Amino acid sequence: MSEVWASFDFVLLWTDALVFALVAGVLALVLFIRGQEHLRAPWRAVAQRPMAMGAALVLSVFVVIGLLDSLHYREKLPDSSADAPHYSVDVLSVFDALVGGLRTQQEKTYSEPLAMQLYAKEFVQRDGATVREFPRLKYGGAHLQQEADRVPDITRRSLVGLAQGLAISLLLFGLLAAWRARCANVSYGEWLTLWGEGRLDWPGRTVAVVVTLLLMLAGVLVHLTAAYHVFGTDKVGQDVLYISLKSIRTGLVIGTLTTLVTLPLAIGLGIAAGYFRGWIDDVIQYIYTVLNSIPGVLLIAAAVLIVQVYIESNPDLFDTAARRADIRLLALCLIMGVTSWTGLARLLRGESLKLRTLDYVEAARAFGVSHTRIISRHIFPNVFHLVLIAIVLDFSGLVLAEAVLSYVGVGVDPSMHSWGNMINGSRLELAREPVVWWQLGAAFTFMFTLVLAANLFADGVRDAFDPRQGGRR
Amino acid sequence: MNTLLNVDNLVTAFGQGDDALRVVDGISFHVDAGETYALLGESGCGKSMTALSLMRLLPDGGHIESGSVQLDGQDVLALPEFDMRSVRGGGMAMIFQEPMLALNPVIKVGIQITEALSLHQQLAGQAAWDAARALLDSVGVPDAARRLDAYPFELSGGLRQRVMIAMALAGQPKLLIADEPTTALDVTIQAQVLDVLRQLRTERQMGMLLITHDLAVVAENADRVGVMYAGELVEEGARDAFFAAPKHPYSRMLFEALPRPGDGGRLATIPGQVPGFDSELQGCRFAPRCPHAIARCQIESPDWQVLDGQRVRCHLAAELPARVERELTAHAKSTQSGEPLLQVDGLKVYFPVRRGFFQRTVGHVRAVDEVSLSIQAGRTLALVGESGCGKTTVGKALLHLIEPTAGTITLGGETIHAQNAAMLRRQAQMVFQDPFSSLNPRMRVADILLEGMDALGVGVAKDRREAMTQLLRQVGLPDDAGGRYPHAFSGGQRQRIAIARALAVSPRLVICDEPTSALDVSVQAQILNLLKDLQDSLGLAYLFITHNLAVVDYLAHDVAVMYLGRIVEQGTAASVLGEPRHPYTQALVSAVPRIEPQTGQEIIRLAGDQPSPLNPPNGCHFHPRCPHASEVCRQTYPEPTELDNGHWARCHWVAGQL
Repeated sequence: MSEVWASFDFVLLWTDALVFALVAGVLALVLFIRGQEHLRAPWRAVAQRPMAMGAALVLSVFVVIGLLDSLHYREKLPDSSADAPHYSVDVLSVFDALVGGLRTQQEKTYSEPLAMQLYAKEFVQRDGATVREFPRLKYGGAHLQQEADRVPDITRRSLVGLAQGLAISLLLFGLLAAWRARCANVSYGEWLTLWGEGRLDWPGRTVAVVVTLLLMLAGVLVHLTAAYHVFGTDKVGQDVLYISLKSIRTGLVIGTLTTLVTLPLAIGLGIAAGYFRGWIDDVIQYIYTVLNSIPGVLLIAAAVLIVQVYIESNPDLFDTAARRADIRLLALCLIMGVTSWTGLARLLRGESLKLRTLDYVEAARAFGVSHTRIISRHIFPNVFHLVLIAIVLDFSGLVLAEAVLSYVGVGVDPSMHSWGNMINGSRLELAREPVVWWQLGAAFTFMFTLVLAANLFADGVRDAFDPRQGGRR
Repeated sequence: MNTLLNVDNLVTAFGQGDDALRVVDGISFHVDAGETYALLGESGCGKSMTALSLMRLLPDGGHIESGSVQLDGQDVLALPEFDMRSVRGGGMAMIFQEPMLALNPVIKVGIQITEALSLHQQLAGQAAWDAARALLDSVGVPDAARRLDAYPFELSGGLRQRVMIAMALAGQPKLLIADEPTTALDVTIQAQVLDVLRQLRTERQMGMLLITHDLAVVAENADRVGVMYAGELVEEGARDAFFAAPKHPYSRMLFEALPRPGDGGRLATIPGQVPGFDSELQGCRFAPRCPHAIARCQIESPDWQVLDGQRVRCHLAAELPARVERELTAHAKSTQSGEPLLQVDGLKVYFPVRRGFFQRTVGHVRAVDEVSLSIQAGRTLALVGESGCGKTTVGKALLHLIEPTAGTITLGGETIHAQNAAMLRRQAQMVFQDPFSSLNPRMRVADILLEGMDALGVGVAKDRREAMTQLLRQVGLPDDAGGRYPHAFSGGQRQRIAIARALAVSPRLVICDEPTSALDVSVQAQILNLLKDLQDSLGLAYLFITHNLAVVDYLAHDVAVMYLGRIVEQGTAASVLGEPRHPYTQALVSAVPRIEPQTGQEIIRLAGDQPSPLNPPNGCHFHPRCPHASEVCRQTYPEPTELDNGHWARCHWVAGQL
């Protein structure tokens, strides 16, 4: 066993560390919220909304992929000695190991989704003669004898995948039903009736349907990727599905770490401005007014450039390309965080201005309670719902911003997989005839799904926290 | 007289099927032309929902389940929405409680009125403008032509409410629904507005549906009274009969809960609270709170019966003992222990008015000007005045919540300044007006109570829990209240929590800022009793800030009347309220609506509103509204005139009479 472990060198990138710190933070927050009745109630309301729960399931698939992709390691080179091991320069992740061939099965250049031939004609030697034709792919549909077999094969694989997904979901559902029925002390049939009529205290039907759909989709993908490139290949022949899946981590990191940078600034400065008023308010307002009037892209471009120069002048600090790309990603998160805290800060300032005049703050002042205690016990808990809503709403905006910035060329490192880079890469190919659409299509599909799920979830959260809706619907 | 409005078995519900909350449950009444019908009840009884059902303006989710509403023989509930628009405003019009919220702040008053005129009377241009001016004239707005060009924020509360009335009259309605029309107004303004309403009703022979929780307003304005409880009418009758002998136990208890002039005994309280509409309603809805309830009341909902011309829904109405007016108990005279606990001299609070780019101070709002007070331990000083006179500012300045501009505050023999404020905070605490905004919704009651002890380091930390349980018992809350959040409590219970919070640091002085004005009558009685008990057992001194003279009469030993930042009259409660000398105090006392018909006293109605403290009138601040103003009043501010027994007033007219 120890030999297996010794053959890996675990790599902890900066963003990995922060992502796991964030996960730990979220877990701590969940534990905290469980203890606070007034915070738990709205989350329970979120859990009762079918739309929000469906979106949360989709989001969780993205999150799991992102987390798996954040466990990095390097493989030991096969010819290195045991006492002075040498490791590969490629930094891989657990996700790479799980998808296996998807990463390594590289074609020569572009190929269409589910194709068995390259996209461009080439001169090929056949039976001693040179002919110009579409060459067969090395991996995509390599097991097929002729073109006519392709569609039946794809159909067969899809159906098998669907059936397997359905079977697994039925099995899971059966187990879940048995467990829940036992917990609720009702018979199996009764529980199923309750479920069917939607009279459980959680949206059972939606969850079951979404899970089934996800499992069926996964089944189809598993069976198809074994023999085809589902989303085709890109310019250097890499599988586009693989790139899209790798991009999930980039999107999530941008969406979450940026918030992590934003929050202390927004909460601290926003509440301070609203609570203390006077010159503190003036100073903070001037800061964010000035920050807001500088074009964000300009600031981001300048910051990314500085980091780029720093990386190039200190090559010894970054031993792998992954580290270099990672530090640039982190820098992007930082600078986007620094430019995007103003909205939330303004919101919190307004709310604190209102709260500070309320009688319970006045009563606390009559007891001589210190400012820090007033802020932490009276102001912050009463603006916390705004913070939560802002986090969830900002997330999708940040994912989209990354795509735009990478497209402009000031986003993440070109070597890093991201939807923005995919769009940027496919930009020129759009002018080709026939058009190379699948890279753009794949990036669009993934981004659309993630952002839509995040927005639907955010809607649910906002509605649940909105006191005017009273949690009823 | 012909029946104008006839409501028959009206049921309004929120939600569908079994979960439906029937907020109005089978109400029947009628309003004749030229008569005022008052719907009386505590908050949450469904009074406003009844009015909104009549107008068919129910909020989302509400719908009329059954019943009929006939206005002048026309079935209102059967009308299509299009025709309903002409009924609203044309057939019946509504006046709302909060005039600032009911007027659009960015549209001139004249345009808002002409909008209604063009809709209902098809007037336009100059004709509409003239009609609008005539309407403003008819509701007694002075200088009506100029007011048409004003925005709502330029008008005072009383004028805004008159504008609202003028707008309601624009459609020449047959029925005017007034939903708590004067609750948000001061007494002198309330008297003006009620006068206008009475006069209009007589002139135009309108029917009026007056919705209110105030018995005294009903007594002065209504012809017939309907008492609502938990969505049902429980008693109905002519005003005189009703006030002479209320039949339903609920109505009787409402009367007993009211503080009466000259009475210092304990007030009767109604235990519990109005049941929520989501609770199981079986039998008589008042039974759980009724002292006379028998087994039958729990099961069977009582039907109407007629007794001496009054209709009442109570099984026992005929058998109840005749109502005995409780003997007037004299105010317990607390011993005057010479040494004042709190001594305030020349307190001034000025707020700078800043203008221009450099925020230069161009003037001061003199919120509090040269106020001197003194309170002895175990006594209550009431600070009385209309809103905006600076009485709350005095309270906050005493606690250094607002930094006073000048003046000395001496508490228990020690002069208070910014450095020894902690000592002040151990000795003086505050109870706020609105129990809903004075408790942090995110904190448990225990944490709320412990906060002050922790901050001021009262006692040893481990004893504080014990002290907290003691406090909860003292203010009459259950022991397990500490673990719950404020939203689990009703308004009265919240006010108890607020009182417990103030008492947590064992202060000797409690500043009560209108502690009962947000509460219903029955709950107000509970809180007043509690305050009195606490004073007796703990020897607390109260500075009681209020505009409610009935409460003052009940609780206070001394009274100081404030007008525009200054105290104009001060003395013992009996002498100030019994024989007011300052013309302002006289008007204030006279404007309070009373249940007993007033005899002998002429009713003084003040014209106009309180001027802005930014720019007070020269001389005596009161002279523009004073019926006795003379030349000297316009020039110099009067010095205090000693009357007798510590009673003094600042008035040239009073001084001239001596």
